[in-house]
This record gives sequence, structure tokens and C-alpha cells, in this order.
Amino acid sequence: MTMLHIKQAGPMLTVQDLGRTGLMHLGVSGAGAMDPTSMLIANRLVGNADSDAALEFAHVGGAFVAEKPVRFAVTGGAIDITVDGQLRHGWESHWLMPGEVLKIGALRRAVWGYLAISGGIDTPKVLEARSTHLRSGLGGIDGRRLAIGDALPLGETKKSSLLALRKPFSRSNGPVRVVPGPQADHFDAAAWKNFLREPFSVTPSRDRMAQVLDGPAIRAFAGHDIVSDGTVAGSIQVPSSGRPIVLMAERQTTGGYPKIATVASVDLPRLAQTATGSTIRFKSISQEEAEDLLIARYNALANILASLEEKPGDAAKVEDRQT
Amino acid sequence: MAMMQSVHPNYPRIIACGDSALVVEFSDQIDEETNERVIALADMLATRPITGVIETVPTYRSLLVAYDPVIMRGKTLSSSLQTMLGELSVGGGAARRITVPVLYGEEVGIDLDELADMKQMSREELIALHASADYRVYMIGFAPGFSYLGGLPRQLHTPRLAVPRQRIDASAIGIGGKQASINSVPGPSGWRFIGRTPLKLFDPSRPQPFLLRAGDRVRFRPVGADEAESLDAAISRGEAVEEWEAP
Repeated sequence: MTMLHIKQAGPMLTVQDLGRTGLMHLGVSGAGAMDPTSMLIANRLVGNADSDAALEFAHVGGAFVAEKPVRFAVTGGAIDITVDGQLRHGWESHWLMPGEVLKIGALRRAVWGYLAISGGIDTPKVLEARSTHLRSGLGGIDGRRLAIGDALPLGETKKSSLLALRKPFSRSNGPVRVVPGPQADHFDAAAWKNFLREPFSVTPSRDRMAQVLDGPAIRAFAGHDIVSDGTVAGSIQVPSSGRPIVLMAERQTTGGYPKIATVASVDLPRLAQTATGSTIRFKSISQEEAEDLLIARYNALANILASLEEKPGDAAKVEDRQT
Repeated sequence: MAMMQSVHPNYPRIIACGDSALVVEFSDQIDEETNERVIALADMLATRPITGVIETVPTYRSLLVAYDPVIMRGKTLSSSLQTMLGELSVGGGAARRITVPVLYGEEVGIDLDELADMKQMSREELIALHASADYRVYMIGFAPGFSYLGGLPRQLHTPRLAVPRQRIDASAIGIGGKQASINSVPGPSGWRFIGRTPLKLFDPSRPQPFLLRAGDRVRFRPVGADEAESLDAAISRGEAVEEWEAP
């Protein structure tokens, strides 16, 4: 089996795919990429299926060596990438030959990055997905973060050209849109005014499970304990500290804090990618508007994926070296 | 089969939970009738699937229904769920019943003696009381396979610790307020723990990774250290030792 060797590892390097569905009633949240769009683009750039697993890292990537010629792509944000010291661009695919060292540095103005390798990371599926669920110790290698010395099996490479995005990938600015509820009525007009009019800062208390925000304390007038109920990615819990907690990919499936609102699916990856210390604002929209935004986003993404273009140059030459 | 007559005013109600889920709330209380309705609706959605519904999460008093807005809008799903609520009945199927062996006290049941002191009873009395009750799995939540049980005798209700402990074993038998638990994965917890079961509520290497589901009935059976160890050994050999009651 062909392996990808990890020579250096950032502090939060994990195997991720689209995550798990259908297991929330058994206490298993989806896990999966924090920014699924960036991972999807990375996979497409190297000719992988959307369901193939890639590596996700927070802030810093690492150094990688493959045992056979592979194509790779790095996405997520602006970042320094080198192959044996030679600069490579993000958001496009390149060859990595056996023995060459791929180094991925620190993300700028983004938090989560993705390294897709042609063939995909072929660690065994656990509960029908390869995604690492750190809290539950599932998936990837023993359900843990990857470290120096780890070797990951690679799947069969499908033939594909080297590809690039036609236009640079950009994220919109503007407020983080939320749909009020399910416990919107636990908060009075003053709490809602604070929530929607005041800025909140993105604190360093953040991981794949949740993101803590800091701002004016949000008070639930009848207290901050509810009978535990189900959560989704984007649920905004408000514990007694009054500091909102946005639940993310690896959240607990149920929780006992009132949830003032839910982040619109289109804006959750953008929140995940917002740099620590930045300020955000919330804007309230209806469920229907959030659905419209999500459907529009899927269409825009389909256009981006359809417009990936072949890179000019020596791609074929490297293909010869592979055979 | 009784038709549903909700005793809770203003319920059931259907609320948006973002753009890809709805929550059907049956009350804001913990009671068996409410939880039966929650599970009845989950069962109805399992037997009469609605295209576009991805999964459901039954909890104490509400059902979360996750959907794909590309296939079906929340508004449409909401009216389908309204129709189902009108047809909902409880008491349809018999619950599964399992007896869970427990080694009380020892390393995992760190709070047994302190709890007995607090309740002014002997540890034997506390064990007998805990093992005398008929429990119901109200929900599986928080972590894979973690079982929240209702039915804890009132005398055993105990507030959670002010400062959670960093690591509690999988398979610990817990008490948190009015609730009881069987833990499933190791992790931090502010609950009190009185024993452990050799059974594994979650084991991803098994063909059936999850032992319990919401709606199951549970009784505890005290076992000695010898029996616990032989059950541990049998389970590590992959033998099925679960004591399910014949329906």
C-alpha cells in the first residue's frame, strides 16, 4: 500500500471527509470538514471524488512525503507552500514526486486549511466515514490528531490533469446571518438588541467542537438551563456566562443551554474561518431566506467546480514520469 | 392505542432550527408521556419516510428533524409534520428490556460511599434502592451511545458536582440531578458515579456498535467482582452476554 508520510505536523492535523449522517440519534455528531467548500474544491482539483478524505489543519500545515507520484492541492486561505523549497500556489494542483518534501506553512486571514492528495486518504471507515471525531476517538488514525512519524495509506489515483481555479476564491464579508430559535423566546427584547446590534469578538476558545464569542452578556430571562434537546452545527448556545457558544462539526448532539439562534449554513464555514480576535456582527433572517442563500451557494459552487481549468505547461511530462 | 391528547398547553409546536432542521417540541418538562410521543413521531418518520428528511434526534421532550432544503423546504416539511402529529398515537410497540449488571463501588464507583453518607443509608441499602427501580432510556445524546435514564428513585436525586472531574470511565453508572446514566465513552463529567457495568454501550468494532436506544427499558443487577471480571473477559472475547428480556 502506498503511504503518505508525515514529517512535520501542525497542532491540529486530522483526516476529514464529508462526515457522518444518520447517527445523531445515537449521540454521534457528523464531524467532517470545518469548511466543507474548501475541502471539496481541494478534492476536485486533484481529481478525487467529493467523498474522498483529505487532511484538515488549523493555522499550520506540516511537511509531507509521498511514496509514489501524486497530485496535491492546498486550499482554505492564503498560505506558503513549497515542494523541495520551490514555491507552489494554493487553490491549484501540483505534482509531488517520491522523495520530494511538501511543506505547508501558516494560513493568513483564515483558520482551516485542506490538503487533498490524489487517490484520497484511505484510512479505514469507522461508522461509515473516515472523518476523525476527536472527542469520541473515532476515524483517522485511532481517532486522534496526526503527528510526526504517522503514515497514511493512499487510495488509487485516478488519471486527471493538473487543475486550477479560474478566479481566486473569495469569501463574502458582512454580518453572520442567523435564524432565530429554537429557544428565541427565552430571550427578551434587551437581550435580542444586544445580540443583533453589538459586535462580538472571536475568542481563542475554539476548536472543532465549538467557538466561544465575547461581547455584551446575553441573558435568558428564565435562566440558562433547559431540558436538553438536539443541536445542529451552527446552534448558538448561551450558558449562564452570557457568552454565546457556536457549536461546530464535532459538537455534542444534545445540550442543556438555551439556543438563541442558529447560524445560517452558508455563513458557518465563514465564521469557522474568521481569524481569532476579529469582530463579527449577527443579522437575523428567516428560515426561508437562509434556505434560499444555501441553495444559491450550492449553485455558485457548482459553477466554480465546472470552471476548473487545466493548467498549461509540463503536466504531461510528469505524467510520463509516473508510468 | 390511545390517540394523542397533549396535556401541555401551547404544545406541540414546530420551530425552525436553522435552515436544515426543525424541532417538534411536545413540552418543556421531563416526563414519560412526553418522551413516548417524541419516540412515536420518530418511529412514524422511520416507517413513513418523508423524502428530504435526513435524520431525526429524539430527546426528552422534542424531536429534531434534519432535512435537506434542496429537496424539501422547511415550510413544506412543517405542514407534513403537522399532519403526522394529528395522526400520532402512543403505546404501539412494546419496549425492549435489558438487565444491566453493575459492579457497585470499587474504582469507578468513586462516589458510592459519600452518596450513602449523604443519604444516611448503608451502601447496601443504596445499591438495593438503585437496583430496585425500573428505568427508561429517555435519550441517547451528548456522546456516542451515552444513555440518559429516567426513573431514578427520588431519594437518590443528587445535584451535580460544582467542579467536573476530568476523566470518568466509559461504562460508569452515574447520577446527575434527577437523571441516571450509563456512560459510553471516557470523558469529563460533573455527575456522581456509583459503579460500572462490564457491558459496552458503544463499541465501533461490533456489528451493532450501539447497545441501547431511546425508549428501551433498563434494570440494574448488582454483581460481585468475580462475576464482573468473568463478564469483562467474555465481552473481550466478543461473546454476547447482554441479558435482553424475551418480548
